[in-house]
This record gives sequence, C-alpha cells and structure tokens, in this order.
Amino acid sequence: MSDKGIGASSKRREDVRFLSGNGKYTDDINVRGQKYVHFLRSDVAHGKINGIDTGEAASMPGVAGIFTGADFAEVGGLPCGWQVTDRFGEAMKEPAHPVLAQGKVRHVGDPIAAVVADSLEQARDAAEAIDVDMEELPAVMDMKSAVAGGTLVHDELETNLCYDWGFVEENKDAVDEAIKNAHHVTTLELVNNRLVPNAMEPRVAIGDYDASNDESTLYTTSQNPHVIRLLMGAFVLQIPEHKLRVVAPDVGGGFGSKIFHYAEEAFCTLAARKLKVPVKWTASRSEAFISDAHGRDHVTKIELALDEKGMFQAVRTDTYANMGAYLSTFSTSVPTWLHGTLMAGNYKTPLIYVNVKAVFTNTVPVDAYRGAGRPEATFQLERVIDKAARELGMDPIEIRRKNFIQKEEFPYATPVALEYDTGDYVATMDKLQEIADLDGFEARASESRQKGLLRGLGINCYIEACGIAPSNLVGMLGARAGLYESATVRVNATGSITVMTGCHSHGQSHETTFPQVIADMIGISEDQVHIQHGDTSNTPMGMGTYGSRSIAVGGAAMVRATEKIIAKAKKIAAHLMEASAEDIELKDGSFSVVGTDKSVGWGDVCLTAYVPHNYPLDQLEPGLEETAFYDPANFTYPAGAYACEVEVDPETGKVDICSFAATDDFGNVINPMVVDGQVHGGIAQGVGQALREHAVYNEDGQLVSGTFMDYSMPRADDLPSFVVDHSCQTPCTHNPLGVKGCGEAGAIGSPPAVVNAVLDALNKGGYNVSHIDMPLSPSRVWSAING
Amino acid sequence: MSTVTMTVNGKSVSGEVEGRTLLSDFVRNNLNLTGTHIGCDTSQCGACVVHVGGKAVKSCTIFAIEAEGSSVTTIEGMANPDGSLGTIQQAFQDNHGLQCGFCTPGMVMSAAALLEENPNPTETEIREYLEGNICRCTGYHNIVKSIQAAAAA
Repeated sequence: MSDKGIGASSKRREDVRFLSGNGKYTDDINVRGQKYVHFLRSDVAHGKINGIDTGEAASMPGVAGIFTGADFAEVGGLPCGWQVTDRFGEAMKEPAHPVLAQGKVRHVGDPIAAVVADSLEQARDAAEAIDVDMEELPAVMDMKSAVAGGTLVHDELETNLCYDWGFVEENKDAVDEAIKNAHHVTTLELVNNRLVPNAMEPRVAIGDYDASNDESTLYTTSQNPHVIRLLMGAFVLQIPEHKLRVVAPDVGGGFGSKIFHYAEEAFCTLAARKLKVPVKWTASRSEAFISDAHGRDHVTKIELALDEKGMFQAVRTDTYANMGAYLSTFSTSVPTWLHGTLMAGNYKTPLIYVNVKAVFTNTVPVDAYRGAGRPEATFQLERVIDKAARELGMDPIEIRRKNFIQKEEFPYATPVALEYDTGDYVATMDKLQEIADLDGFEARASESRQKGLLRGLGINCYIEACGIAPSNLVGMLGARAGLYESATVRVNATGSITVMTGCHSHGQSHETTFPQVIADMIGISEDQVHIQHGDTSNTPMGMGTYGSRSIAVGGAAMVRATEKIIAKAKKIAAHLMEASAEDIELKDGSFSVVGTDKSVGWGDVCLTAYVPHNYPLDQLEPGLEETAFYDPANFTYPAGAYACEVEVDPETGKVDICSFAATDDFGNVINPMVVDGQVHGGIAQGVGQALREHAVYNEDGQLVSGTFMDYSMPRADDLPSFVVDHSCQTPCTHNPLGVKGCGEAGAIGSPPAVVNAVLDALNKGGYNVSHIDMPLSPSRVWSAING
Repeated sequence: MSTVTMTVNGKSVSGEVEGRTLLSDFVRNNLNLTGTHIGCDTSQCGACVVHVGGKAVKSCTIFAIEAEGSSVTTIEGMANPDGSLGTIQQAFQDNHGLQCGFCTPGMVMSAAALLEENPNPTETEIREYLEGNICRCTGYHNIVKSIQAAAAA
C-alpha cells in the first residue's frame, strides 16, 4: 500500500474545520438584513383550497410579506428531469408541480403559503393566523387500488398511473413461455419499504438579490449546485445563468435527497427578488420528514424459473412504484433505468422481463435515495434466489456460484441492455467466505442455541451501475440532462494547483482524495493541490455528486485536464532545455530530457508559464490552466458479496446483528480509508432499512413516523463493527483511473443479507417462514414465528 | 426579553434572549458559535451536545436562561491552547471518524463526557453511551474506533 498519492489512506484535510466547529454549512450563513420564511404546510393529505385569508397575519408584527399560490401562478412548476416512455410508446403523465399549492394540496406537507418576517418566531406566529378554507378529499394511498380507479391525485390526468413500463418489451413473450415451461418457478411477493433519507443536516435555502446588478444568489444544501441553477433558472424562474449564482457550501450529508430542485429554493430566490431583502429558510426535522423526497416504496412480485440443476432460466418481475404526489427531479428514472437494467445481477439469466407501474398517491414525492433503484433490484433478486435455494434444497452460496457470470466472460452483455466491462464474482465470494469465517458458523450457532437464541447466516451478492452515462445514450432513454463531469485545473505561478470541479463533496472526502490523484500524476505533494467545489460562480458547469459518480466521472475529468496541463508543461520544459517535447519525461515533479542529465523542476516550468520571458510566445500561450469535460463511454459496475450473521430471540422476535462482512470490487481504490468509511455507512443504512426504518402513512395520509421519536434511525448500539475488504479489484476498462465508485454499494448489498440471515435463523430453528417484509421489527418477526 | 450571562469556552458572555430561546439557538445566533448544530426538533439526534458545568447536555433541551451563571463548553472550546486539535478531535481525524461533519461536534462532546466518566470504555460501553447521538454517514464503526484511540492516547 502506498503512503501517498493513489492508494494511500491520506488523512482528510476537511476534518480540521469540521472537528473544530469551523465548518460552514448553509444555516451558518447569515446575510445582512435577512428575513426569515416559514411555510404554512398542508395538514391534510388531499384537499381543495376554497380560500386563503391572510388579512390578520399580514398585520402581525414583523411581517414583511405573505405569499400564496396566486403569487406564483405565473411561475413555472418544478421540472422532472427524466421522461419515461411507456410500454405502448406513450410519454409518461407529467402533472404540474407548483412552488406553492394552486387550488389543491396533494400531500401532508404540501406548501400552501409562506410568511416572510423579521424573525422566524414572528413568521411562525403569523402563519398560525392564516385562515385556510380547506375542503378535505379522500386520500389516495394504496397503489394497486389507485391504479384501479377512484379518487384522482391529479384531476386533469384522468388516471393515477404515471406510466406502465416494460423492459425489455420484446422479451416478454419468451420470458412468459420460459416460466410456463420451467422445471421449477419460485415466486416471491415483497415490499421494499419506504424510507426517509435523513441526512443529519436539514435542508436550508437563502435567497439574496442585488437589485443594482439584477443578480440573484441562492445558498442551498445541494449535491449539485449547477443542476439547481439550470433547473431553477431556466425552467422555474427564468433567470439566465449569468444573473444567477448557486452556492452549496459545506453540506451535511445528502444520500440523494439533496440532488433535487425543491420548491423552497425557488421560493426564497423569488421572494428575495420581490421583497428586495435576503430570505432564509431552515427546515426543522419535522418539516424535513414531510418535504424531503422519500426513497424506495416498491411493491413487487418476482418469479425466478430454474432448471433441474438450479440454473436460472428466466426472471419476471412486476412492480408498483410510488411516485408520491408529484414527480420529483429524477423520480421517474429510479424504478425504470436504475432498476430494470439491474435485474441480471451477477448471473447469467438469459431471459428477463421487468414491468413497472409508477403510481401517484397523496404522499411526499419519492425519488433517489442511496442506491436508487439498484437496492430495489438487488433485494428482490437476492431474496428470490435464497427462497429458490431453500425450495430446491440447495446451498445458497452454491446456487449463486453456479449461476455467476465467469471472469473470462467479460465484457458481458446482459439481457437487460447493460454491458458489464469487468468483474470476478468468484473471487469476491471466495474472499467473503474467508473474511466472514463461514467455516466457523456452526460452532457459533451452537453457542447461540445454548443461550436460547436462533443464529442465522445470510449471504447475497450485488451488482450496481455507477456513473450513469454516456450522455447520448441517457438522452435516448429520456434524461433531460447530460451526465458528463467537468474540471478546471489551474496551476498557479509557483506551482501549487487549484482544481475547480463540478462535483460536490458532502461527506465523500473529495478535498482529500482528488489531490491524491493529481499529486500522483505530477509528482508533487498532495498539500500543493486545493479542491474548489460548490459554487457556480467559480466552478465549471458540472452535474454534481450522486450515483457514486464523483471519482469515476469527475475524477476522470480532472485526469483529462491534468493530462492537458502536463502536455503543455512538457513543451515549456522542452523550450527551457532546448529539447524536443517528445523527449521530455515528467517524474517526481521534475522534467528531464530522456537519456541526458538535463532536468528542470515543476515549479520552474510553472513560473515560466506565468512570467514568460524565456518562452516560445510564437507557438504557445502563456499560463497553465486547462478544463476538461468527461463523458464516460459506459457505466461502471462495482460488485460484491456480503454476509450477515444474526441472532433471533424466538421469545421476543428481536434481531441482533452479530457480524457483518462485505467484499467489494470497486476496481482501483484511491484512498482505502475513505472507501472503508463509505462502505460502513452504506451498510448501516441498509441494516436500518432491513430492521428499523419505515416511513409509515395511515389510511388518511398522515405520516405516522414523522420524527426521530417514531422513525427508527440506526444508532451506535444497534450495529456491530464491520469487516470490509476491497482487495478483489478488476479495474474499470473505460475510465482513466480504472475506478468504479463506492458510495452506494453498502446500502445496496446489505438489506438482503440481513433478511436472508433472519429467515435462515428461523428455518434452522424449525420455523417454516418464507418471507417477512422489511423492516424486520420484533413484532413482525414474532408474528412470523407464531404464525 | 431578558439578559443572560454565562461563561462560554472560558469567556464571560451575555445576551438578550426570549424566555423560549433555547441554549442551542443562543450559542449559534447570539454568540455565532455555529459549530453546535441543530439536527432535529425532538432532542433525539445529539448534534447540539455541549457541556454545561462539565456534563454533556443536548443544548436544545434547555433554555438559554437556565444556563445563567453556568460554565459552558462548545466544540469551539475543545482545541488545544495552541489551536491544534485536541486529543479526541485528533483521534477522529486519524481514524476517519467523520464524513459530512454535521453530527461530529455532538459526537466529540459526547465522547469527551464519556471519557471523563470512564477513561477506558469497552466497545459496548462506547456504543451504549452514544445512543443519543445519531450519525448517518459513518455507520459508527470509525467513531467507535476514534474514541477507543482517544482513550488509549
């Protein structure tokens, strides 16, 4: 292992400010003269607004302005960034998504009005004095009955079905035929539970307006400030880019929930323009629960056809995917292109058909949450494989091994449109068996039995697709954005470097890991490189950070820009040493003429570029700054194998995670310490989904688990320490770093491992239970045990 | 409005507050010590933990006026006198005990209180003590490791 550059566990430079209380999060920003906004939100799931009386509120102390839907009637709605085409060639249904409710509310939390006042307390007090004449309507909650008819979430659509998507439609008949004629078909109906992402920093937006220059600034908790500037500027408020700056400073976690363009961002930006004062909004946690996009919420039936030897013949899945009340920014892509394309998993299943019905309900919009579609695909596939193994009396590891795509079969084209470039699923499974000490399981199970507990082992594999690209392909699939990334590498006159990236770090450690790459390429120390991100005014247009794309796409852009820098620097060095550029070699921060003892240092070349006295001005521009936009040729395909051991108390149904082991193939790894941390966090979120977390709505559309008192976040004493390994590395073949991305793997791979482990424990304990829906709370497990 | 006076990070401070002003809001808004974070509104997350009279307290659970005359330490008061990271802070950096950094001030303050009470905690004791601090990034693995390292330092 290297002690610097690529492969080193360099300590994080951003930690110093975070640990000393000097982080600069959006809520830490206060703009001189700012006022505070409080949103009056719907407390009913579905209702018609017959009138809003703001008279009394408007006269209350400190109130600077009150806004309702009428003030936003001329403003564009929040756009959806991905248009899905259904099985019949029709475009998805795309209802308006207003900034403030236009005559109707469609979920608890839907903003009806906004009060801007001198203090937050005054804004809250005045909001309480607004009188809304609301006619409550029946709430549309259950997806299957919503599709069957009845009350409409959006009257103008005449249906609650957003789209009925089939993939690959041409395979449908062959898949049906294979399942009809199969030796054995395992069927599983399951729910992928609705989750609330719950980044620890609630969302914040501050709108500021400089009337003298007609310039707007939005400070916001975003994973992708350029995307927000484009969506809000072009589609909602019609502010051109050069008059709109979006700043996402330190951001306290995202997990997908801070990708999307939210109503509060547009509101604060426009209110600041109308009132000519800065307007600040800080979400409370309770508000976050009913206004941040939720995740998952799929109801699925999956069928797996197998032959007599246990070889997979076909997979067919039917999923109802909850969109919530409106289409959030990337909501429509999650159950389709981020889910259906993953249904081959790590296996050579020849025939696959995926049907997804996306449904409007009177709930908070649902969008990408860590993994986004891929956890849903992995969960159903790995659960049905486990169930099939049990039905056929096969070992769950062996059935997987015999169906693996083999190392020599890459690149491998799946029947669901992906081409995996590299992988070695046998190696990751071998490594898992070693690090999880699977041979010792029986002895540990025996100890558990002596305590009256049931021990179970859950195994599963996963594949994911990261760094979604290329742009021309995703455009054909319906994306309304490109999915490249950018970097400007600015070499300063004395040789230090500032990199401006379109990626955004909100926990991913870019400020530390990106310099490791450049330090390696040039041979200078990491502390000579600074990473600038999060401000549209000083970074090139980029698509931001999500989908485990930063190093694979943004890192690649930075490499390309640095290659341009090195090529130019070699020409300068060649001039200084009176040699040909082709003969110049860069090593350890020094340029030398191959085969001679002539050399010139990195710093001298940089200074020459900026003080070009002895310089080929007739052939070369002064300065040393380059920009690259990188658009990948393909996704990357991290993969791995996970093992979870649990103890179940049959008296109470309580599940304890005894151990969790993960082997991941992320290709090349820049900073092993950071990668370990990403996997740990992902596993914790996956274990949370499997055992604890659930966004529960009642039939009236009230979010029952709407605070940390009711929504059970995993805490330190709910989890063990993890055993993780990423030594099995099959580098990506189509990006310059050979990297695959590691941010989501843990959250994708862990839920089936936990559930498989609990079912293994129950079945080995003599309880014939084939499935329990997540979260596997004590009451659910106890109920399953007790029939 | 009333005036409240207390010692924060060794300095005497005072400010005008409403009866309903929480200590967390006083520290952030009146004193501009924004290292103390607000992650929830039900006293569950622990991002706002400070020390009041040497004890770890969620600063959203007490009013500013209740801290009248108290000695309060926030994350900004945890560095060494020369400004370098204190032992626990350094252990968090060395062991990658933080990612987005938002829960971190509360984690460090809780860890300091734990080590004051119990200088050599077991892993189980650390995990149980942190039950009131939620982290969404790290899965707690490296937080536990950081506290173990701080205890050994």
